[in-house]
Amino acid sequence: MLGEGIIKGLLETARNFVGSYVSKERLTTVQYPEERWEAPEASRTFPFLVYDGDEWLAGLRCTSCQICEKECPPKCIYIEKSADKKPDAVGKMQFYPTRFDIDISVCMSCQICVEVCPFDSIKMDRIFELSTDDRFEGLILDRQKLAKSNSYYHQIHPTEAAEVDAALASERAAAAAKAKAAAEAVAAKAAAAKAAAENAAPAGGGA
Amino acid sequence: MSSWTLQQSTNEHLAGWNRPQVIKPEGDGEVLEVSMGPHHPSTHGVFRMDVKLDGEKVIGLKPVFGYLHRNHEQLGEKLSYLAIMPYTDRLDYFCSLSNNWGYAMAVEKLAGLEVPERADHLRVILAELTRFQNHASWIGFLAQEMGASGTPLMYAFREREKILDLFEELTGSRMMCNYMRFGGCRVDPTAEWLSETRKVVQGLHKFVDEFENLLTGNEILMSRTQGVGVLSHDLAVNASVSGPMARASGVNYDIRKVDHYGIYDRFNFRVPLGEHGDIYDRYMVRVLEIRESLSILEQALKSVPGGPILDPKAKSRGIRPKAGEAYGRIEAPKGELGFYLISDGAGSPYRYRIRPPSFINLTVLEDMCLGHNVADAILILGSVDIVLGEVDR
Repeated sequence: MLGEGIIKGLLETARNFVGSYVSKERLTTVQYPEERWEAPEASRTFPFLVYDGDEWLAGLRCTSCQICEKECPPKCIYIEKSADKKPDAVGKMQFYPTRFDIDISVCMSCQICVEVCPFDSIKMDRIFELSTDDRFEGLILDRQKLAKSNSYYHQIHPTEAAEVDAALASERAAAAAKAKAAAEAVAAKAAAAKAAAENAAPAGGGA
Repeated sequence: MSSWTLQQSTNEHLAGWNRPQVIKPEGDGEVLEVSMGPHHPSTHGVFRMDVKLDGEKVIGLKPVFGYLHRNHEQLGEKLSYLAIMPYTDRLDYFCSLSNNWGYAMAVEKLAGLEVPERADHLRVILAELTRFQNHASWIGFLAQEMGASGTPLMYAFREREKILDLFEELTGSRMMCNYMRFGGCRVDPTAEWLSETRKVVQGLHKFVDEFENLLTGNEILMSRTQGVGVLSHDLAVNASVSGPMARASGVNYDIRKVDHYGIYDRFNFRVPLGEHGDIYDRYMVRVLEIRESLSILEQALKSVPGGPILDPKAKSRGIRPKAGEAYGRIEAPKGELGFYLISDGAGSPYRYRIRPPSFINLTVLEDMCLGHNVADAILILGSVDIVLGEVDR
C-alpha cells in the first residue's frame, strides 16, 4: 500500500516521543548550563604542570628538558631553561623552567606531551569553559597559571595519579638508596685514603 | 525549446569510459551557472560545486576543492612519526580511530613491528564501532538532505553518542582519539569498559531495526533515491571508487576480505553488494554493513585475550625506521584509506602521502549528477559520504 512506509515511520517517531516521557533511556539530552554531566576520568582538555608540596615554583616537577616542546605537533609550548638548579621531585638537582608558556588556542589536546614527559610533570587537565575576549592574556598560559598541585591531579585523574605517585616514590627510594650507597662509598673511599695516608705517613717520615 | 545536442561530460581524465551522455541546450536554452558553496549547509563543510543548470536540470558540474587545505602531508614530512598521529585524527574527523589504524599500519610495516593479539582485537572493535557510527550518521544526514528535518539524524546521533562515550572513556577524547601507537595501542581497557561495550553493542541491534522501520520502506526515501545518481560498475572500477560507493555499484571489493589485515580473517562476515548503483543501493549497503559490523563486534568482543597491548620492541618517541617505503591500507568506513610513507632513516618521513577515499569517490560526482535536478545533486553529493577534512587534507 502506498504510504505504508511513512505510517510505519511516523509510528516509530510517536513511540519515541511518548517514550521520552516514560523511559529515561529515550530522553538522552541534558539541559546544559543548569544540569551537568560528569566527564569520564580519562577525558582530557589542556595540559598543566604538576607541583609537589605547597610552593608552586619550588615543587615544580618540570626540569625543562624541552622534550615536550620538541615533540608537540602544533608547537604550542615555549620553554626557557634556568641557569641555576633546584631539586626535582626525586631529589636530584635539575634545571627548572624560567619560562613555560602554552598557547592553548593552538594546543590540540593530543596529549603527546604527557606521553613523552620522562618526569611525570605535564598532565592533561579537564577544565573547559575557557572562552575569553582576550586572546593573549586569556589563552597563553604562563608557568604560574599552568602550575597545579598534585592534590588537584589526584582529584581529576585519581587512578593515574596514584600510579604516578607510586612510581615516583619507588624512584625516590631508589635515588635515596643510591645516594646512600654513594655516600657510603665516598666515606669508605675517604676512610681508605685516610688509612693509606696514615700508612704512608710513617714511611714518608722515615725517608 | 530549440534543438538539443548530445555531448560527453567534461571530466576528461575518465574520457572514453562508459559515461553518461549529456543533453546540452543550444540557442535560446538559457544556462545558469550557480556556485554552490563553499558555505552551504548541504555541502558537508567547505566544498564548492560549480553547477551549470538548464532550468532545474544539471548539465555540468565542477567540484572545487581546497577550502579546508591544511598542508597535512607537507607538515608530516617535518614532524616526527609520533607527532603525525594526532594529525591523522583530523583527516576524517568522524572516524579518527580508522585513520589511526591506517597510519600505524604503514609505520609498523616500515619499522617491522608486530601487533600483539589483544591490541589487534581492540583495533577491530574500535574500527567497527567507528564504522557503525559513521554509517549511522551518514544515513541520518542523507535523510536530513531529503527534508526529514532532523528526526533520523537525531536518532542516529543518540546512538552515536553512546559509542563516543565509550571512546572518551577509553581514549580520553570523543572524536580526536589519538589512540593507536606503532605496535599496539596506548591505553589498556579495563574489564568494565569491555563489558560496557558488549552492552552497548547489544543495544545497537534494536536501533538498526528501529532505523530500518523508520526509513527503509519509506515511500519518500524510495522515490527520491531509486534510480538517482547511478554509478555504473565499470566507471566505479575505472575511477578507482572504493568503499560502500563501489560495493553499491556491485564491485566486490572490501579490503578486509582482500588483504585480511589485522585479524579480519578470523571473523565471519559478509560483504553486501548493490545491484543498481543508485543512492538507494548505497543506503542499503550501508545498513547491511552496519549489521555485519555488529556481528564482527560480537565475535571480537567474545574473544578478547589478555596480554600486552604494545609490542615490547616498540617505542613511540624518537622512532627512526630504516630507509625504505611502506603502504598501509585499511577499509575505512568511506573506502580504501591508504598511507604511503618513504623513510630515509631520519626521524620524520621523507615522503608522506595519503590516499583519501572520499576525495577519490568525489571525482565521479559529475557523472552521477548529470541530467538530474539540483535537489538530487545535493542528495548525490550526500550519498558519496565526504568529509572535507579528508578531501582537502
